[in-house]
Amino acid sequence: MSHTPQTLALPDPLPLDSGQSLDGVEIAFATYGELNPDRSNAVLVCHALTGDQYVASQHPVTGKPGWWERMVGPGKPIDIARFQVICPNVIGSCLGSTGPGSASPDGAPYAMRFPVITIRDMVRATVALLDALGIERLHTVVGGSMGGMQALSLAANFPDCAERVLAIATTSRHSAQNIAFHELGRQAIMADPNWQGGNYYGGANAPDAGLAVARMAAHITYLSEEGLTEKFGRRLQDRPDGTPGARTFGFDADFQVESYLRYQGSGFTRRFDANSYLYITRAMDYFDLAEEHGGLLAEAFKGNSSRFCLVSFDTDWLYPTAESRHVVHALNAVGAPVSFVELAAPYGHDSFLLDVPALDRVVKGFLDG
Amino acid sequence: MAEPLRPDLAAILERVEPGTRALDVGCGDGALMAALRDQKGVDARGIEIDGGCVAACVARGLSVVQGDADRDLAFYPDGTFDYAILSQTLQTAARPDHMLSELLRVGRRAFVSFPNFAYWRMRWALASSGRMPVTRHLPVSWYETANIHHVTVKDFEELAAGLGIAVENRWFFTREREIAPRQANWRAEYALFEVSG
Repeated sequence: MSHTPQTLALPDPLPLDSGQSLDGVEIAFATYGELNPDRSNAVLVCHALTGDQYVASQHPVTGKPGWWERMVGPGKPIDIARFQVICPNVIGSCLGSTGPGSASPDGAPYAMRFPVITIRDMVRATVALLDALGIERLHTVVGGSMGGMQALSLAANFPDCAERVLAIATTSRHSAQNIAFHELGRQAIMADPNWQGGNYYGGANAPDAGLAVARMAAHITYLSEEGLTEKFGRRLQDRPDGTPGARTFGFDADFQVESYLRYQGSGFTRRFDANSYLYITRAMDYFDLAEEHGGLLAEAFKGNSSRFCLVSFDTDWLYPTAESRHVVHALNAVGAPVSFVELAAPYGHDSFLLDVPALDRVVKGFLDG
Repeated sequence: MAEPLRPDLAAILERVEPGTRALDVGCGDGALMAALRDQKGVDARGIEIDGGCVAACVARGLSVVQGDADRDLAFYPDGTFDYAILSQTLQTAARPDHMLSELLRVGRRAFVSFPNFAYWRMRWALASSGRMPVTRHLPVSWYETANIHHVTVKDFEELAAGLGIAVENRWFFTREREIAPRQANWRAEYALFEVSG
């Protein structure tokens, strides 16, 4: 599907949670569908950690379809014949918005001089984009995983910004286990000799090996054990020359699951920047919506007039159902209109991106209601 | 959308004041909530254990949380609602007495409906066959039924009195029609009570 690729330079410096501020921020974003005359049909889609603005259009690097085409499009649950969908690339990322790979004021890439950002900083940048586009109130903000964190953060920090808040497969805080997996990924990147303290831009070699390992580890957390077993079991991988798979008594990818992870890892390095991975995982680890609001999650939603819907998946062990319930209880405590459903799906955390017809019905119903 | 409501739900719909706030505990597919919203402008919320039903409710634009009433009512502050509604669910609660108290903690008033185990057909079925009755309103065999606390009209009235709960209104139904309250514990297939704390 075609979209209008755009980049907008924010007019003002962006204040950050770290106390610093970021000058000359650019936001790359995609829009689908038309804004209606009273500007009341805007749906903000927030992407996940390694996602991008190409929600329903071909990725410029991989050539693959948009990451949520099953949900966003004409006649889809988020119907672009009715809504204008806006999807920005988060700051800190590498698909056009300002991040560690962007040129700093001295002309050289920021690399590790880029300030550490938070989910709330990403949301501030997004709200600045909406302001520039003249959108005062969103019909809906929706996101899965880190996109869901942004949706919740937007509701907490900009309570009048969205009429509906739809947060899927997400959490209000990163757990010790979540942080641990991210730290593993970051250390893999930093242990790669090509990382060079982050100053690899313009050189011949990027820390691809480290970034691939980070992606492999993270990818395991996105799948369920059941899903992995069903997809791969202990099956052996045929060789590229057609030789049937066998135990080689070596360290090639004998098992299909090894081959799959290596493929996922190396494919990822072609489309993602290692330093962006460091910065965005850091932002997620710092995310704790209650902490931002005096330690009480309910305080984050006090006085909010939005309708909320949370969705979890029964096989998601990265952000399990209990995390969504925690948010629901906080919303109940302040009397916010909230719906919550745990859907059955075999794919683990990644279920929000995959074929789960019940999710389509919930999303459509929530947007229509 | 305009399917006829079950008679106990229709009685609740008629009684609820317009523009109030109501919590429907065990709201099923949301038929009552939708009617309360559409006909009385009620701010209705629901709790429902079945995910398929919750998805159906969300698709109707209702605010329903998937959860277990035995556990999740505790997360609602005192006096959040004008009405708490528990239709045909009391007999499935782990502790119906606690459930009743919780309903009147989160709501100023409560509507509670339940199948009457002392209905004469029940008594007859038990007396004549010597087995736990299986009926239209209690359609599942004893070993797999969710109805773990069978209750009669008299039992409920005694429980309410014991908890200091005032009965404001009572309705009785047999074969999907309202019946007069005379000898209800014998004649009513199911009952609806409006109570206040």
